[in-house]
Amino acid sequence: MSDVLQPGRLARRVVLRRALGAGVGGVIAAVGMRVSRADDGTKVVIGNFAFVPPLLRVKAGTTVTWVNRDDIPHSIVCPPLSVHSHPMDSDESFTFRFEKAGVYNYVCGLHPFMHGQVVVSA
Amino acid sequence: MTRDDTNRSGTDRRHFLKCMTWAGTAMVWSVAGGIPRSRLIGSAEAATTAGFNFVQISDSHLGFDKPANPNTTATLQEALNDVAALPGAPAFMIHTGDITHLSKPAQFDTAQQLMGQAKLTIHTVPGEHDILEEDGKSYLNRFGKGTKGDGWYSFNAGGVHFIGLVNVVNLKGNGLGDLGHEQLEWLEGDVKGLSASTPIVVFAHVPLWLVYQDWGWGTADGAQALSYLKKFGSVTVLNGHIHQVLQKVEGHVAFHTARSTAFPQPAPGTAKGPGPMAVPAGELKQYLGIARVSLVSSQAPLAIVDTPLAA
Repeated sequence: MSDVLQPGRLARRVVLRRALGAGVGGVIAAVGMRVSRADDGTKVVIGNFAFVPPLLRVKAGTTVTWVNRDDIPHSIVCPPLSVHSHPMDSDESFTFRFEKAGVYNYVCGLHPFMHGQVVVSA
Repeated sequence: MTRDDTNRSGTDRRHFLKCMTWAGTAMVWSVAGGIPRSRLIGSAEAATTAGFNFVQISDSHLGFDKPANPNTTATLQEALNDVAALPGAPAFMIHTGDITHLSKPAQFDTAQQLMGQAKLTIHTVPGEHDILEEDGKSYLNRFGKGTKGDGWYSFNAGGVHFIGLVNVVNLKGNGLGDLGHEQLEWLEGDVKGLSASTPIVVFAHVPLWLVYQDWGWGTADGAQALSYLKKFGSVTVLNGHIHQVLQKVEGHVAFHTARSTAFPQPAPGTAKGPGPMAVPAGELKQYLGIARVSLVSSQAPLAIVDTPLAA
C-alpha cells in the first residue's frame, strides 16, 4: 500500500513520525539536562593523576565532590581547611562544603605533585 | 653498567631511558672494590649463588584487583615460590614497601600469611600505601616491632650493615619522599661508629635518588642521607615504588630499584601519569619479579640478580 494511494494514512504516518521525532528530541533534551545537572560546576574528576578541572570556581556554601576515576587511590589534602580525605579507591568520592570565600589550593595526599584549586566567591 | 655508563654530572632523562632498556631483563649487578659493574644474567649468575645473600621483593599492593593485575595475591605467591626455589636459602627477605594497596587489615593479614610461609626473617619498610589508615599504626603494629619513629631501624648481617629508612610519611609538595630531621639525625649517629670498610645496604620505599621529579620519584632530603655515607667504600641503595628496574652508580654508591610483584608502571615520562600499566595478556609476569642480592665476601662483590616471574 503506497502513500500516493492512501493520502489519509500518509498524513497520519507523518504525524506519527513527527510525534516520534518530538519524543526523541525530548529524550535527548532530558539526557542533556541530566548531564548538566551532574556537571553543574561542583564536581572534580580525578583521572590520569590530574584534577579536572584543575581550577574550580564556586560560591560560598557550595558542596564540591571529587570522584576518583583512576586505578590508584587518591586523597584530597587542603591544610588551610584541615581537610584530609580518606583515600578514595577507584570510583569512590569525597565531598566538602566550602563555607567561606577564598582561594584554596589542595593536593593529593598520596601524590602531592597533583595540584588543584578551588576559588570560592562570597 | 660500566664506569663509562655512569652519569657523574647529574641525572638526565636520556640516561634513565637508556637504563630502562634493561627493564624486564634479568641481570647481575656487582660492586667490586668500589668499581661497579653489571652483566646480563648468565655465567655470572652461578658465581653469585655462594656466600651471603638475601632477597628483595617490593610493591605487592595486596588488595589491588584492577585489569593491570586482577590477582595480586597470586603473583606475590608466585614470587615467594621463586624465592623458595632459589639455590641456597637466602639469609632473609626484604620487602621495600607497598605491601598492601589500601592498608586494610585483611590486606595486611594476607601479606603476613603469605610471607610467613616463606619461613624467612622478613625486614620491611612501609610504602605510602601501607600507612593510609590509623596514621600508619596498622603497619607499625604488624611490621614495626623494635623500630624507631615511623619504622626506621638498622641491623647487621653477613658483615653488612643494613639500614631501613622511611620516606613516605611527609611527602613533599612536589610529591617527593622525605626522611625528615629526626630520622636523618638518627642515621648520622647510627653509622658514626662503623669502619669505612663496612659494606652498607640502605633500603627504603621511594628512590633515594632523583629518578623523575614530575612524578615525585625521588627523596627531597635523600642527598643529605647519602652525605652521611660518604666515607664507606661500598654503599648499595635498594628501593621500590616505581615498579621497574632502574640502576645507577655514582662513585661508590650503587642505586637499584626493584620490580613490583603486582603490576608494572610506565617508564619515567612516557605516560600521562604513573598509573598501573596494562600489558598484553600473558606478558605480565615478564614485568614482575624478585631481586636477590649476594655478598661473595666482605671485601668485594655485592651482586644483584633481578628475576622476572616469567623467567
